[in-house]
Order: sequence, then structure tokens, then C-alpha cells
Amino acid sequence: MIIAEQKPIAEIAGYIENCNKVLLVGCGGCVTVCLTGGEKETGILASALRIKRRLEGRPLETVVCVVTRQCEPEYIDALDSVVRDVDAIISLACGIGPQYLAGRYKDKYVVPAMNTRFAGGAKKHGVWEEYCGLCGDCVLSLTGGICPVIRCAKSILNGPCGGSQNGKCEIDRDVDCAWQLIHDRLKILGRLDTLKEIVPPKDWSRSRDGGPRKMVIEEVRNGSNTEEAN
Amino acid sequence: MDAANITDCQTAVVRMSSIGAGIHILREGVEPVVQMTCRDRNRIAIQSDLLGAYSLGIRNLLCLSGDHQMFGNHPTAKNVYDVDSIQLIRLVRRMKDEKLFFSGEAFNGQEPRFFVGAVANPFADPFEYRVDRLEKKINAGAEFIQTQTIYDLERFTRFMEMCVARGLHERAYILAGVTPLKSWRAARFLQTSVPGMIVPDEIVRRLKSAEDPREEGKNICLEQIRYIKEKVKGVSGFHVIAISWPEIVPDIVKGSGLYPRPVID
Repeated sequence: MIIAEQKPIAEIAGYIENCNKVLLVGCGGCVTVCLTGGEKETGILASALRIKRRLEGRPLETVVCVVTRQCEPEYIDALDSVVRDVDAIISLACGIGPQYLAGRYKDKYVVPAMNTRFAGGAKKHGVWEEYCGLCGDCVLSLTGGICPVIRCAKSILNGPCGGSQNGKCEIDRDVDCAWQLIHDRLKILGRLDTLKEIVPPKDWSRSRDGGPRKMVIEEVRNGSNTEEAN
Repeated sequence: MDAANITDCQTAVVRMSSIGAGIHILREGVEPVVQMTCRDRNRIAIQSDLLGAYSLGIRNLLCLSGDHQMFGNHPTAKNVYDVDSIQLIRLVRRMKDEKLFFSGEAFNGQEPRFFVGAVANPFADPFEYRVDRLEKKINAGAEFIQTQTIYDLERFTRFMEMCVARGLHERAYILAGVTPLKSWRAARFLQTSVPGMIVPDEIVRRLKSAEDPREEGKNICLEQIRYIKEKVKGVSGFHVIAISWPEIVPDIVKGSGLYPRPVID
């Protein structure tokens, strides 16, 4: 899932300094699971912003809504009735949410409440870690199911580099060296010989470098009448 | 000495470019070994810089991944790592041997014919993979190897025994890296704060109890060179990495019997 964390209150408050009424939109997707942008957190942020403004002597009116997912237009339609008289919309989704909201409500000032961090998973309750670099060309079959693109600080494909010591990465003694993990895993699998092969340079055009990426499943698209979101 | 290693923004601190500095020392009559890291340039910039460097007379190239930017004076920079060190070695060799750009496209004109080097760190982990990785670099086309600074002679000896058993010393020139230390604090710093280094306590102790730590540091370095020359098979030469102490190099080279240097045509 996408892991996102809330920006500092002061930063969010700064975006809406001149607004009297704002809509806060939570998301029922990833950010609900990672406990930063769901129903509870949206309500808390609304209260915090109201309290801050009351203390400053400029009360703020807030409207709170949580949609199933902000990354699908059909769920955003539900906001049509509440956006009309607000001065701004605050999205508590990942970076997709504010863009979808801005696309639908073109005359509204839409701001993010979140910093979108990474694609990852839960390590334990309250801890999430990055696992996928979204590189568009998965190499996990070569690396024992451990991603060097994102879990190695240098994204090297022929690791480990000379900074790996005692299983840890040179950047931080608390960070596992991905290539040590890969080495250990391939050893268990009896596939250490894989590491002798020189992995050629990666095709980064499938990564973020090639502009916005798109995935199409033709059968689904052809059977649908819906319009493309902008 | 035969050649001088010119670093490419080591520890990710901004310095004069290794190519620029290499040209300066070349004009002074010193043979430069120019470093090229993968941290700061994509494959387009690397090739462009290499073509320029070769056109200006640079002939020796050391390919490495480079220290992570978080160690340097621009920790908020974005790193590149478009290619890694092993891919870089192979691609530079392909430019030389097949006159092909990294993309596989043929090019006209003078191909850069670098003497291609790589680094090896016998003190990084997993130890059992370190010789495999060196072999991988040689298979990629590395012609000479510069090792990480050696203090743990026992581990380096084991490493070289494995290299010799595989005949790697006959496929590439392996240069042993040695660094004279000025003080026990410098030793402690390398021991505790530099990833991929092993400094035995004995070295810290010797420097700490020495009346003249600099003299002791020089003597330790000379002992290391002597030990490697006499006891470790497969080493073709030395790389004196005189960190912040360049003026000690002549003493090290002369004191260890490495002077005069052989004349090569």
C-alpha cells in the first residue's frame, strides 16, 4: 500500500490562512490502514485546525467527509453536495487524492494534508517500511524476493557494495544491507551462483523517468463507458 | 611513485572534479588514475565525461559506486546510480573493445582506451562473497584492482589466498591499499565511524602509547607493506592512501624499499 504521513499542523494551517470554511476529505484506502488519513485522523485534524484558529481569534468552519477511495472518480462524486460553499479542500489521501479533487473541482483551492512517503507494508503495529521502488521492471526473481532497487541505498543490481558490514548498510547501522539479505536468502535457496552473473543496467524508462506511467487492461477498458479522469 | 589516484568527490564532499584535477597533475608530469563514481552521473554524463577525459590525455580509470551522499556536505542531494560499478566497468570496456556506447550504438572517431580499474573491499561483508564480487569485476573487464585500506592483515591474507586459488591475481593487477595514521584518534575514527573498515585494537593501542605517534604511524605502515610484500601472494603493488598526509608518501615509498621505481617504456 501507499504509506503517507500528515504534514505538520502549522504547514496545513498556513495553506488555508485566508479561508473561513474548509472541507477535509479523508480516504478509506491505504491511509486509513496506515492510520494517518482515515475517519479518525481527519476528524482530529479538523479539530486541531479549528482550535488553532479559535486561539488566534479567527474561527474556522470545517466540514469533514471520508470517501471510500480518493483515487477513483466515482467515489469523489459524493462530495459534490458539500464542496459548494467551502473556500478550500484539504485532502488527507496520498498525492493522488488532491489531484483527483483538483481535477473534479476546478474552481476550488485544493491542498494536501499529507506527505506521501512510499510503497510499503507494516513491519509491526505502528511501523511501516518501504518495500517496492515502483521501478516498473521487477527483479525480485533474481534477488531472492528482496528488492535492491529500493532497499539498497544505492539501488545497485550487482551488490553488495563495500559499505556493507555486519549485515548493515553504510548509511545507518539500523538499516539492513539489502544485498546481505539477498545473499543469505540465495544461500538458503542454493542459488548463490545467481550472484556471479553480471546484471545489466536497468531500463529506467519504465520507472518515473518517462513521465506519468499508465497501465491499461484492454478487455476492461473496451467494456466500459466511463470517461477518463483528469 | 608510478601514478596518483584522484578521487571523485570522496565521502560525497564537493571537490574539484577528478578529471580536472587529473589534467592538472598530468601537466605536472604525474600519471593520474581518475576515479569515476556512479553516484552523481547518469550513463549519458558518464560517457560524455569519459570521452572528454580521454581526449585530454587521461588513461587510467577507476570505476566505483561512490560513497552515499548522506556522508557529505550535500546530504539532501538526489543520488543517481543509473548504473552500478560492475555495469560501469563492463560498459567502459565495451567502449574500448567494441567501440560501442553504453546503449550498444556504434560510434565513430577515437574510442576511449582506458586502463580500467575497480576497487575491492576485503573488510566488507559478507566476507565469503567478497572474492566472488572481485571475480565479477574482473569478469566485467577490470584490469587492475585497488583494495580498501588494509589494517587487518590476517583477513587480507585470507582474502588474497582465495584470490590466488582462483588465479585472479593473474587476471588483474591487485594493489594493496595502506594508510599511515597520524594519531590514535584517527585510528579510532576509522575503526568506529567508517563503514567497511576493520582496524585492530592493537593499532589503536600502539599509536596511543607511542611517544611520537606520527613516527609510530609511519612505522606501522612500513611494517604492513613489508608483511604484504613478504608473506602475501598475489599482490602486484601498493596504493598509499595518505589521507591528509601527502608529505609522508616519499618516506613510505623509500622506507619500504619500493624506491627507485622501475622504468617502464
